[in-house]
Amino acid sequence: MDISNYLYLSVILFTIGALGVLIRRNAIVIFMCIELMLNASNLALVTFSRIHGNLDGQVASFFTMVVAACEVVVGLAIIVTIYRSRRSASVDDASLLKN
Amino acid sequence: MNLLTLTIILPLVGVLALAVAPRENTKAIKLIALFTSVITLISSLLMLTKYKFGVSGFQLVTSHSWFKVFNINYAIGIDGLALVLILLTTVLVPIVIVGGWNESENGRWSVKTFYALILILETFMVGEFAATDVFLFYVIFEAMLIPVYFLIGGFGRGDRAAAALKFLLYSLFGGLLMLAAVIGIFVVSLHQGPGSFDVTTLSHLKISHNTQDWLFLGFFIAFAIKAPLFPFHTWLPGAARSATPGTSILVLGVLDKVGTYGMIRFCLTLFPEASKTFAPYIIVLSLFSIIYGAFLAIGQKDLNSLIAFTSISHFGFIILGIFAMTSQGITGATLYMVNHGFSTAALFLVGGWMIQRRKSSQIADFGGLQRITPVMAWCFFIAGMSALALPGLSSFVSEFLVLIGTFTRYPAAAVIGTVGIVLAALYVLILVQRALHGPLQEGNEDIPDLNRREKFAIAPVIIALVFLGFYPKPAIHIIDPMTSQVMAQASMSDPTPLAGK
Amino acid sequence: MRTSSHLVYLIALPLFSSALLLLLGRIADKWGHLLATLVSASTFGIGVSEFVAMHSHTGANRAATQKLFEWISVGNLKVDASLLLDQLSICFVLLITGVGTLIHIYSIAYMDHDKDRRRFFAYLNFFIAAMLLLVLGDSYLNLYVGWEGVGLASYLLIGFWNQNPVYAVAAKKAFVANRVGDLGLSLAIMISFAQFGTVSFTGVKAGAPHASPAALTAIGAMLLLAAAGKSAQFPLQSWLGDAMAGPTPVSALIHAATMVTAGVYLITRSNFIFDASSTARILVVSVGVITLLFGAIVGTAKDDIKKALAASTMSQIGYMILATGLGPVGYAFAIMHLLTHGFFKAGMFLGAGSVMHGMDDEVNMRKYGGLAKLMPITAVTFGLGYLAILGVPPFAGFYSKDKIIETAFNQGGGKGIILGGAALLGAMITAFYMTRVVVLTFAGARRWKDGSHPHESSVLMWGPMVILALGSVASGFLLSMGSSLVNWLQPVVNASNATGGKELMKPLVVSLLALAVVILGAGYAIVKYRTVPEIAPEQVSVFTKAARKDLYQDVFNNAVLVKPGTILTAGLVATDHNVIDGAVRFVGWVISEVSDVLRKIQNGYVRSYALTMLVGVFIGAVILWVVTA
Repeated sequence: MDISNYLYLSVILFTIGALGVLIRRNAIVIFMCIELMLNASNLALVTFSRIHGNLDGQVASFFTMVVAACEVVVGLAIIVTIYRSRRSASVDDASLLKN
Repeated sequence: MNLLTLTIILPLVGVLALAVAPRENTKAIKLIALFTSVITLISSLLMLTKYKFGVSGFQLVTSHSWFKVFNINYAIGIDGLALVLILLTTVLVPIVIVGGWNESENGRWSVKTFYALILILETFMVGEFAATDVFLFYVIFEAMLIPVYFLIGGFGRGDRAAAALKFLLYSLFGGLLMLAAVIGIFVVSLHQGPGSFDVTTLSHLKISHNTQDWLFLGFFIAFAIKAPLFPFHTWLPGAARSATPGTSILVLGVLDKVGTYGMIRFCLTLFPEASKTFAPYIIVLSLFSIIYGAFLAIGQKDLNSLIAFTSISHFGFIILGIFAMTSQGITGATLYMVNHGFSTAALFLVGGWMIQRRKSSQIADFGGLQRITPVMAWCFFIAGMSALALPGLSSFVSEFLVLIGTFTRYPAAAVIGTVGIVLAALYVLILVQRALHGPLQEGNEDIPDLNRREKFAIAPVIIALVFLGFYPKPAIHIIDPMTSQVMAQASMSDPTPLAGK
Repeated sequence: MRTSSHLVYLIALPLFSSALLLLLGRIADKWGHLLATLVSASTFGIGVSEFVAMHSHTGANRAATQKLFEWISVGNLKVDASLLLDQLSICFVLLITGVGTLIHIYSIAYMDHDKDRRRFFAYLNFFIAAMLLLVLGDSYLNLYVGWEGVGLASYLLIGFWNQNPVYAVAAKKAFVANRVGDLGLSLAIMISFAQFGTVSFTGVKAGAPHASPAALTAIGAMLLLAAAGKSAQFPLQSWLGDAMAGPTPVSALIHAATMVTAGVYLITRSNFIFDASSTARILVVSVGVITLLFGAIVGTAKDDIKKALAASTMSQIGYMILATGLGPVGYAFAIMHLLTHGFFKAGMFLGAGSVMHGMDDEVNMRKYGGLAKLMPITAVTFGLGYLAILGVPPFAGFYSKDKIIETAFNQGGGKGIILGGAALLGAMITAFYMTRVVVLTFAGARRWKDGSHPHESSVLMWGPMVILALGSVASGFLLSMGSSLVNWLQPVVNASNATGGKELMKPLVVSLLALAVVILGAGYAIVKYRTVPEIAPEQVSVFTKAARKDLYQDVFNNAVLVKPGTILTAGLVATDHNVIDGAVRFVGWVISEVSDVLRKIQNGYVRSYALTMLVGVFIGAVILWVVTA
C-alpha cells in the first residue's frame, strides 16, 4: 500500500477537526476536535518518520502526546469550571474578554 | 566587595528586609527603609575615602561578564560626574523618606510597596550613574521606569494614572530611539575590532560624520525627553502635579539628571563631531527652555506645576552649559545638576508640606503664611531664593559658571539666557508674595508650623545650599578633572581672552 | 599693598549676628536689638581703626587686602573670596557703619512697639554685612554677591510689614527692578571675563587699555544699567517711591544714605572703564541729568513726606551719577556729595520718621502744619539738613553740589552749558520742593485732627538726628578743606587735580548763581504754600498731575512691560496646553481611534479567532511554498 495514503488520512482527519473547531459551539466537542487535529498531526509525523527512515518524527509525536495530555488536564478543568458557573458549555457564551 | 557595588546592592538588601517585615507595622517598615537609605549614604560617603581626587577617568572599577556573545559586561566605575550625582542620590533618598514620612499611606498599595519601590529606584539610580557599559546603562534606563511608574500611578494624587502613563510612554519612546543607537554603535564597534559596549573603548572609535549624527540624535532625543528639554517637556508638569512630593524630588532631582548626565557621558564623549554640529540648534532649544519655562512658571496657578516649570527653565541652563563646551560651562552644568537637585528638593518638600496642610495645591488658596508658620515660610523662601540663584546659595555659582562659560563662546546666547534671571525673580517673588505674604487667607488660620521631623528633613538641604554657595570648591574639585577629560576627548579648548595683556 | 587680617570681621560679625537672631527666634526678642546695635557699633570701631591704620601707611601700602579662601576656580576663571580696603572703600565703610549704627540706635525706639523688632534688627545687620561686602569685594563677582545681598535686605525690609499686600507688592517691585540692573552687572562681568580673562578690579584695570572701544563701551553701558537699577536712576527708578513702604529707618539707611548710592560706587570703582570710553561717559551724564530733573519734578507734587524725600534722593543721586560721568575730576565730587548726602538725607528721613512717630504714622504733609513748636529738636535738625541739601553756604551741600555744577559747566561748549544749566535748574527745583516739605510740615497753621498729640521723640531717636545734623553742617567743609577728599581718593580715581582743566566760569560766579536760583525756588515755595488745603486739589495743571503720577513711569511700565508680559504669559500657557501638549495628545487620540476600529475584529467568538488563525496559517503556508518554490 502506498505510504502516502497515511498522509491523505492525516489531512482528512485534520480537516475534520479544524472544521469541527470552527463550526461547533459545545466546548467539549471543540475540545475533541482539537484532539483529533493533534492526532492527525501525530499520524503525519509518524508517517514522515517512516518515509525518512529516522526517529525524529516519532520522538516529536511523543512530545505531542505529552502536550495533549497536559492540555486535556487543563482544558477539561477549565471547561468543567465554566460549566459549573454558567450551566452551559457553549463557547459563544463565554465571551467575557470582549469589552 | 567593591564599595560601589555595595552601594548599588544595599538598597536591595533593604527591600529583602522589607519583604519579611509585617505588613501592618508601618512604623517598622519606614524605619527599615530609612535605616537602609542611611547605610547606603554612609557606604557612598566611604567611597570618598577610596576616591583619588584630581584624577580623570573611571575609578573603583569592577567588571563581570554578563552576555559573553555580545561582550556585554556588568561594568561599573565612577568619575567626578558620576560621583557627585551618586552622592546627590544617596543624600536625597533619606531626606525624601524622612520628609514624606506619611505620604505613602493614601496609596493604592501598601506602605511596604511604597518603600520597596523607593529603594529599588535608588539601586537603579546609583547603578545608572555608575554604569560604564552602554548596554547596562540602557537596561537600567528602561528598568528605572517601572518603580517610577508605580510610584506615580499608585501613590500620587488626582489624575495619577494618566500622569504615570504619560511619563511611561514618553520615556519608552525615548528609550526605543536610544536602543537603536546603542545597537548602532555596537555594530560600528564590530567593524573596527571586537564588538564592545564599554564607554572608554567606544570613545576611541572612529565614526563617520553621517553615522555620528544619527547615533547622536538617537541618544540625544532620549536624554532630551528625560531632561526634559523644550519641546519634549509636557510629561513633566502632569507628573509633578500627581506624584507625591518625595517622588517628585526623586524624579526631578535625580532621575531627570540621567538625561543631562547622558549628554555629557555619551553625546559629548562618543560623538564629539556630531555634538559640535548640533550644538547651535541645541543651544537655541535650551534658550527656549529657559525663557519658555520661566514664562510658563509665571503663569501657573498650581504650586507643583510651577515648580515643574522652573525646573524646565533650569534644565535649559544645564543643557546650555553642556553644549557651550567650555570648561566653565561643563563644570557649571554638572554643579548645576547637584544644586538643582537640592534646590528642587527644598521646594517640593516645603511645597508638599504646605499642600498637605492646606489640602489644596492652588497658589491662590495660600496667603499670609509668613505670620502663622514662620519657619515653614522661611524654608520656602530660602528654597525660592535658591531657585532664583541668589548669590550665597549654591545655585548662583553654577548658574554664573554656565552663563560665563557660554558667553565666551556664544555671547548672544548668554545674553538671552541672562534674561532668565529676571524672569526667575518674577516667578519666585510672585509665588512668595501670593503664598506667604498678604493678609491671612480664610481657611489658613489653623495651619501648624513645621514639626521636628520636618525641620530635620529640610535642614541638611538648606545647609547644603548655603555651604556649596560659599564654598563650592570641594564639588568643583571633584568635577573638574572630568571636565578637562571631556573637553580633551571632544578636542575643544576654552576661548582665550580677546584683549591681549 | 599690605594685608590685613581684620577686614573679614567687618562682614562676619553682622552676618553672624543676623543669622543668630533669625535662628534663635523669639528667645532673642528681649536682647536682639541690643546685640545688633552693639555689633553695628563694633563694625564702626573696626572701620575707624582701619582708617587710622591707613593713615599710618603711605603710598600703595595704604590699601589693604585680605584673602579668605579660593571661591571659584574653573579653567582660567579664578575668583577668590577676598577683600580690598582702599581709599574709596574706607569712605563707604565709615559711612555705612557710622550712619548704620546711628540708625540702629534710632530704631530701638522707633520699632519699640513692633513685636517683630528682633527680626527687623536681624535684617538691618544682614544689610550692613551685605553692603560692606559690596564695597570691600576685590572683584566684580564679590561685589555682585554684596550687590544682590543688599537687594535681598532691601526686599526684606521694604516688605517688613508684608501682611499688607501693597507693601508686599512694593518689595517685589524693588527686587525685580533691581534684578534688571543685576542683569547689567552680570553681563558686564561676562564681557570682562571674555575680554580680560579675569573679573578682579586690578585685572580689568590692567587690561582696559588693550581692549577695543566697543567692548569698553559695552561694559560701561552694562555697569550703568546695574547702577541705574540699584540707584533708582532713569529708566529703572520707579521702585524707589514704592520702597517707602518699609519702616522709616530703613528708608533713611538703605534708600537714602547707603544702598541706593551703590551705583555711584560701582561707576567710581570702574573709573578705568569709563575713562577709556567717552560714549559710556555720555550715557552716564545723560542718565544723571535726566534723573536729577525727573526726581526733582516728581518731588514737587508729592504729599507723602517720605515719597517727597525719596524723589529728592533720586534727584540727588542723579547729581552724583552726573558727576561720575564728568571725567576723572568728577569722581571725587560724586563721592563727596554721596557722603554729605548720606548725612543730610538720612537726617531728614529720621526727622520724617520722628514726625510720623508723633503723628500716629500719618505721612500726608497736608495733615501736618505748625509742628516746629511741638517738635523743636526734630524741626531744627531737619532744618539743618534742609539748608545742607539746598547748598546754602557753609552747609555741607554747598561744598559738594556746587562743585558738581561747576564741573558740569567746565565741560565746556554746548555740553557744558546744557549739563550745567540742567544742574542749576535742578538746584532751583530742589530748593522749591524741599522748602515745600519744610513749610508744609513745620510752619503754617496746624491742620491735624484733635485726636493726635504730636510730641517730641525720645532721646534714642533725636540723638542720632542731632549727630547727623552736625554732619550736615560740618561734613562738607571738612571734606573739602585743602581738597582733602580729592587728594585722598587720588590713587583710586586718578583725578589729576581738583579744579580740572578749563574754566568756563569762576567758582565764585557759579556759587552766586546757584545761590540765586536756590533763593528763587525757596522764595516761590514759601509764597505758594503759605496756606494749603487739607485735601489735595483736583483742578491742577497737567504738570502737577504728571508729577503726582511719577511722570507716568508706572503707567508706561504697565503698558509696555507688564500688560504685554501678562498677555504673553497667558498665551504661552495656552500654547503649551493646546499646541505642544495638544500635539502629543493628538498622537494618542489617533492611536486610540485606530484601536477602536481594530477592536471590532475582536468579537469574542472562539471560532472566528480560530478561523482567522487558520486562514493566517494557510496564507503563511502559501507564501512559504511560493518563496521556496
